[in-house]
Amino acid sequence: MNRKALADYVIPAAVFAALAFVPKLGWDLPKVFDSPVSSPGTLQLLAVCMLYGALALSYDLQFGFTGLLSFGHALYVALGAYVTNIAITIWGWSFWQAIVFTIALALVLSTVLGVVSLRVGGIAFAMVSLAFAQAGAVLVRKDPHHWTHGEEGLGADYTKLPHHFVGIVNTKYLYWLALGFLAAVFFIVRWAVESSPGRVWQAIRENEVRVEVLGMRPRAYKLQAFVLSSVLAAGGGIVYMLLYNSSNPALTAPEFTLTLLLMVVIGGAGSRWGAVLGGILYHYLDDRLTAMGGSETIQQLPSVLRTPLEQPLFLLGVVFILIVVFLPGGLAGIAARGRPTGLRRLESAIRTGAPAEPLEEA
Amino acid sequence: MSTFVLLTITGVGLGAMYFLIASGLSLIYGLMGVLNFAHGAFITVGAYTTWWTSVHVFDGVHSVLVRFLLSALLALIVGGVFAALVELVLIRPLYLRHIEQVLVTVGLSLAFVALVEGIWGPDQRAFDVPPWLHETTTIAGARIPNDRWVEIATAAVVLGLLQLFLRRTRYGLIIRAGVENRAMVTALGIDVRMAFTLVFAIGGLAAALAGVLSGVYFSAISPGQGVSLLIFAFIVVVIGGLGSIGGSAVAAAVVGLTQQYANYYASSGIGDMVVVLLLGLVLLARPQGLAGAATGARA
Repeated sequence: MNRKALADYVIPAAVFAALAFVPKLGWDLPKVFDSPVSSPGTLQLLAVCMLYGALALSYDLQFGFTGLLSFGHALYVALGAYVTNIAITIWGWSFWQAIVFTIALALVLSTVLGVVSLRVGGIAFAMVSLAFAQAGAVLVRKDPHHWTHGEEGLGADYTKLPHHFVGIVNTKYLYWLALGFLAAVFFIVRWAVESSPGRVWQAIRENEVRVEVLGMRPRAYKLQAFVLSSVLAAGGGIVYMLLYNSSNPALTAPEFTLTLLLMVVIGGAGSRWGAVLGGILYHYLDDRLTAMGGSETIQQLPSVLRTPLEQPLFLLGVVFILIVVFLPGGLAGIAARGRPTGLRRLESAIRTGAPAEPLEEA
Repeated sequence: MSTFVLLTITGVGLGAMYFLIASGLSLIYGLMGVLNFAHGAFITVGAYTTWWTSVHVFDGVHSVLVRFLLSALLALIVGGVFAALVELVLIRPLYLRHIEQVLVTVGLSLAFVALVEGIWGPDQRAFDVPPWLHETTTIAGARIPNDRWVEIATAAVVLGLLQLFLRRTRYGLIIRAGVENRAMVTALGIDVRMAFTLVFAIGGLAAALAGVLSGVYFSAISPGQGVSLLIFAFIVVVIGGLGSIGGSAVAAAVVGLTQQYANYYASSGIGDMVVVLLLGLVLLARPQGLAGAATGARA
């Protein structure tokens, strides 16, 4: 077995397998979590963190690996969360029917919208994807058929869900669900970016004109990456619905895609571990900073200091700007010192027009 | 008939706000290749400065009209200065790194909305305007709220001034040349960076003006309002053609009218969907947008 297969498959598999034992541990880490590691509260937090890791990785597939800057990824996450829920709760379908239908719908919708929006490139593509996502957000909020319940969000009919995923005592199953989903996305993305179309995606990121000169049609390849990434996002939406037992209109907001972008850039664009860690860390900090904002130490500060410290999004936004300016490789860039990574890699390739060295070769 | 007139005037009034936002976005993108997400923050700066100064700074002024005009004027200055500072501090160090410039403006936009929510709360604030603006004038049987005229007139004046500036002044010439071919302008020994700060200041000023007018239009302001207007301004910019002011003006009117007509004649909320559909159609038929002077994708 060569080193590359070891790094790409064996080590991640070992990490995911080790994480599967977390619900069985009796650890109590008071500085890190409010309650013991195996308690439902902490398991739920960890499950959501891993879900965001997976969603960030699905976004990285188009942004970091293919160079498509989309502001509409939220549309597919929301589709996953809402369509499954509506099919189960409103139309009374069975759980599996709903899931198959949702994935099929995500496949069709992302193909159609991808064909239209990939007619333009670069920033115009970003704006168009944003507009489509906005249409989805409006649809969910206006709720013409009384399916989505508008601003309130749609609570799931838990009697129709697999009973392992319902109830606080079963939080450990939700933890395993999120972990399994993260592992699945991780290996799918690994397989996809190393496949031969995956190599073309990365070539498009480096220099789209060259790919065209070589006689390939970049748009078809970009569409593949876009569709795969969107379907994975819809899968994440289904997991979201199960974790929260409801679908929330916040999923449809443009800000949701922007937070995924923040996660990927903080972790390191174009790096699998980077995106996953970025997603996990971002949600963890968001959760902890919200708790910290309500703590007594912060409440006693004068309002000039207290107001910004109470707003996790403000702090994370500032951290993000600092990372973009001073650490363009993100967290993954620290690990891979010396080699250009993440944004720096994207930019240096664009500026010099030279193909950057292959990313994954150790 | 009277409903149609009302819808038309209101649609153009809405389009006027979109135009004020889109003109700056389009110029900034055309010249610098930066998609400026922080534009939403400039709108918010305009709206909140007007509201805050009319309560805390100019509260001694008795005439509501004078108070409104003073605070709006101050808001424009603050908006322009804020935008210029954003360019100098955040955009300039990332010169030529387009993706990172976009990301910085995204971060700024999120952090700024969070900060405004932290200081003034997430709820809407009532916006104090001269009562005349909410009275109506009867035209062809339709009772038109007076603020619509102000919005349309303001946008028309801004469009005129921008065209004058771009066609009759030296800086306007540099900006137009830069939109066309920045490398050539630089090669001729002209420092385009000055023009960068300038388009940001102009864009910030116009966006702050849109913020003030949105406060008048909706009679209220909220932290998220800027970002939701920004999305339609993006659509306007793409439909109009990146980098073209004239294209933005036409597209803004088309988008505003489409929204109003569809919301009334079809059903409420359909307008936003129809606008997105329109965007899809324009992209299929003419990916470079209506005016389409710019070379399309410049990532």
